[in-house]
Amino acid sequence: MVMISQRNPLSSSTSKMSKLTTSSSELDLDRPNIEDYLPTDSIPQPHAKLRLRDLLDISPTLTEAAGAIVDDSFTRCFKSNPPEPWNWNIYLFPLWCLGVVVRYGILFPGRVLILTIGWIIFLSCYIPVHVLLKGHDKLRKRLERALVELICSFFVASWTGVVKYHGPRPCARPKQVFVANHTSMIDFIVLEQMTAFAVIMQKHPGWVGLLQSTILESVGCIWFNRSEAKDREIVARKLREHVEGYDNNPLLIFPEGTCVNNHYTVMFKKGAFELGATVCPIAIKYNKIFVDAFWNSRKQSFTTHLLQLMTSWAVVCDVWYLEPQNMKPGETAIAFAERVRGIISARAGLKMVPWDGYLKYSRPSPKHRESKQKSFAESVLLRLEEK
Amino acid sequence: MGNTSSMLTQYDIEEVQEHCNNTFSQQEIASLYQRFCQLDRNSGGFISADEFLSVPEFAVNPLSQRLFRMVDGLNFKEFVAFLSAFSSRATLQHKVEFIFKVYDFDGNGKVAFSDLLDVLRDLTGQFISEQQRELVLTHVLEEAGYKKDSLLVLSDFMKILGNTGLKMEVEVPVD
Repeated sequence: MVMISQRNPLSSSTSKMSKLTTSSSELDLDRPNIEDYLPTDSIPQPHAKLRLRDLLDISPTLTEAAGAIVDDSFTRCFKSNPPEPWNWNIYLFPLWCLGVVVRYGILFPGRVLILTIGWIIFLSCYIPVHVLLKGHDKLRKRLERALVELICSFFVASWTGVVKYHGPRPCARPKQVFVANHTSMIDFIVLEQMTAFAVIMQKHPGWVGLLQSTILESVGCIWFNRSEAKDREIVARKLREHVEGYDNNPLLIFPEGTCVNNHYTVMFKKGAFELGATVCPIAIKYNKIFVDAFWNSRKQSFTTHLLQLMTSWAVVCDVWYLEPQNMKPGETAIAFAERVRGIISARAGLKMVPWDGYLKYSRPSPKHRESKQKSFAESVLLRLEEK
Repeated sequence: MGNTSSMLTQYDIEEVQEHCNNTFSQQEIASLYQRFCQLDRNSGGFISADEFLSVPEFAVNPLSQRLFRMVDGLNFKEFVAFLSAFSSRATLQHKVEFIFKVYDFDGNGKVAFSDLLDVLRDLTGQFISEQQRELVLTHVLEEAGYKKDSLLVLSDFMKILGNTGLKMEVEVPVD
């Protein structure tokens, strides 16, 4: 209610004041409500009249900023906790040394041998099949699929992987897509040894890139480049084509877009959820007692990561194939993505955080700041009118 | 990766504790050191702009630019002193001083109308026009007994904010 008072020099213009200038950048309605996750103390209660102290008191905003400096949920997602040293006394230390000798001296060469044998078998079967069966596509595809599953099994054996699969095995059906949480590139290998998935990956340099462009092409892979913005539309189109295609391998997508440390899940990208296909969630949880499988791509190359795995005792993990989900009527792609993320996080015991994994590589968009500014501005104007 | 907190000796911790007037416990200082090293990715001894802004929660804060100018290039001891205003053991005086420093950008001990306007602009963005902002500020200033061209000093801030039950506390996670 506007009361005209002589003391208020703004009375003639309060009607104009109550209209906020609309922002030129519309708040992106596509994102889930971050305010649900972030503290809302900075929104003051619009009940009392506005005083000087209310404008000077910036403590809620400052507290939020200081809180972020001291600890923040985003950095926690990518923290690899070094294991506690337990070899600190007179009898444990020699045991640990013995363990190192066994791991590096016996296990590691044995594993390298297994892997080499595996590659020899694989290449000696794959190259002939690939070249000679060029005309017989169906047979060639089936054989290549089986061979890729084989080499993945060899990889898993080379880390002494103990993988427990729970749930019904995925089958190749049209109009379905598989999504999983992402901890390391070995997620793909662990899943691939059971079922030959087609995958969508970031193009990597080096020997990994070589593998990507030769062998993985045969199971059907889609490449993308994080740094290219236009790329997204092209990729979305390729995804749709693949899912609707008749004889393609089931598509596996890691909607987080980046590796997370297996304690948290970051926001899922909606690309996989707006293809009009059934989404089959897969949850992967690694047992940290044996080895920390998180690949911190900022700290290690993939080769170093693999070597680390090959010199550990074992890689133990659980894979749960969860119930296929369809988009509910009236549900947006974002809400669908969040629902599936909730299902995967609950199954694997991961905490959900509201951040976009790509913030590892870029700054947050100004929309979040703008929404804070908007609510503060609104409350200021509202309280100004209170008498 | 590495347990860099092992590089902080007991003597170092005590020195930092003294520098921040005992507002943090020794455990909290050790925790803050781990956090400092985590943020200081290139181990330069201070946290650069890029490293601060890589914390999305900090980057979306409307006052991040101002705070960043205050905390840029600080070494660990000064970093802890900076954060000491947010400790539960900090005095009200200390907290109000901190707020004053945020406003007093050029550090001359006086906060002018333009400084107040700058902070209000950071907090409200483009959702209030510049004209409206000036009007609001003039209005509340005059109501509190100040004029538009008054220069506010620390004692003014103490008077205005001193008895509002200022809540400005951050908990340092201790493992």
